Amino acid sequence: MAEGKMKRDTIYTLLSIPFFFLFWELFYYAVVGNPLLLAPPSKVLPVFAELMTGGNPRFFMPLDIVYSLFHYAYGFSLAFLTGFSLGVIIGWFRLADRISYPTVELIRPIPPIAWIPIAILLLKLTHTAAAFIIFIGAFFPVLLNTQHGVKSVEKRHVEAAMTLGAVKSLVLMRKVIIPASMPSVITGVRVGSGIAWMCVVAAELFGVAPYGLGYQIEMARLYHSPEIVIAYMLAIGILGLLLDRGYRLIENRLLAWRVGLVAT
Amino acid sequence: MPPSRSRIIVEIRNLKKVFEGTPPVAALNGINLSVLDGEILCIVGPSGCGKTTLLRIIAGLEKPTSGDILLDSKAVVGPGSDRAMVFQEYALFPWRTVLENVTFGLELKKLRRKEALMRAEGYIKLVGLSGFEDKYPHQLSGGMMQRAALARALACEPRILLMDEPFGALDAQTRNLMQKELLDIWEKTEKTIIFVTHNVEEAIYIGDRIVILTARPARVKTIIDVELTRPRDRLSPQFINLRREIFSLLERKV
Repeated sequence: MAEGKMKRDTIYTLLSIPFFFLFWELFYYAVVGNPLLLAPPSKVLPVFAELMTGGNPRFFMPLDIVYSLFHYAYGFSLAFLTGFSLGVIIGWFRLADRISYPTVELIRPIPPIAWIPIAILLLKLTHTAAAFIIFIGAFFPVLLNTQHGVKSVEKRHVEAAMTLGAVKSLVLMRKVIIPASMPSVITGVRVGSGIAWMCVVAAELFGVAPYGLGYQIEMARLYHSPEIVIAYMLAIGILGLLLDRGYRLIENRLLAWRVGLVAT
Repeated sequence: MPPSRSRIIVEIRNLKKVFEGTPPVAALNGINLSVLDGEILCIVGPSGCGKTTLLRIIAGLEKPTSGDILLDSKAVVGPGSDRAMVFQEYALFPWRTVLENVTFGLELKKLRRKEALMRAEGYIKLVGLSGFEDKYPHQLSGGMMQRAALARALACEPRILLMDEPFGALDAQTRNLMQKELLDIWEKTEKTIIFVTHNVEEAIYIGDRIVILTARPARVKTIIDVELTRPRDRLSPQFINLRREIFSLLERKV
């Protein structure tokens, strides 16, 4: 019975996207019906294939993917490195938290898009400007989740480590604080990565490079080609999903010890 | 008693501890105590009397307000693996397997990996956990977790082993078994053990000497030499008499 149920669940999962496409197709013909305003999947999917294989002289999607992944990696790796290190510091040292807290809470609600003018003024139209926008988006989730993870390290684990000889704070940090806070850190990475990927579009819209998924969405809009806009949107969705899958794999590896410890 | 047993390994001199706060709480009020090399010294006292505080100060996890602790005639400052501790709440690292928990202290000593693994395996075998090396703590029962914690502490090869109500959270049967095995391990390793418990029967079963503390702020009320030969019979008249004696000592206020 359990096996039958699992089979049924798999079928539902497999049907999810076809149903969505069907709904979208029907919506297009029933409600919009104008190829200048929207495109149905029956038109978008062939265009997607064409863009990926170089069939369109203006747009070549693989190159855009490379540019966007580069912007993402540039911005997100900076956000991870700084967010994680500072998160450990403000999690461990109360004074550092006291000093930084008001400033962090002041800057955190400012959306990454609001930083675009400053990014362009300071960094001009460069990859670094795009990375900066992505950095702003991903930094705070990594920072705050790391801090939370460090703050939730149990006293008994720290004390046990100390009586086993982990007396220097750097050793304690490396051997206890960081591994114990990994579950939160990884949550921060996943949330931060999701936001970083969304910021890629915003970061590329203003033309830091002649390629990139976000940039081409804007170009395709100027060419009045909703089918190309949507094909690029799909690419962003698929890559975002793959990135999250990747982090889930890392998570499963790093947090293998939690299997059976947590409810789900 | 082996000849070395008369040698003093830990000396506690006029140890006082007051916890800051409003009002300040006096926990220890001048503890004087010598621990002999190779003995099992049990510390019992009314609940909340400060026996865990005393052990934590010896471990270096808590600072005394005044007084000294000497280990091998050297003053103790801060925690160290020469005084490895087994805690009541299984303080195993959940992100490490049994084997990795046991090698924790050895990694800090910068032992070669091969040597560390061999030593860890030896202690895992000693506590009877062979075959469970790759299990994570939450996959073990309470008794097995405490065995792992014991192996982890022993692997550091400490001068003395500190145990803070290590079997307090176990069911009665498992506790009795663990007491017996602790004695076996003690005979093989000849470790000096300071063992804090609120369980008088446990203290009589395992201790060479039993330190009885007064209610808070604690002082040493009496030290009892347990002269019964091992293995001790919990139901023998001498055992029961000793229990009665200690109970009445604990109940008396002064």
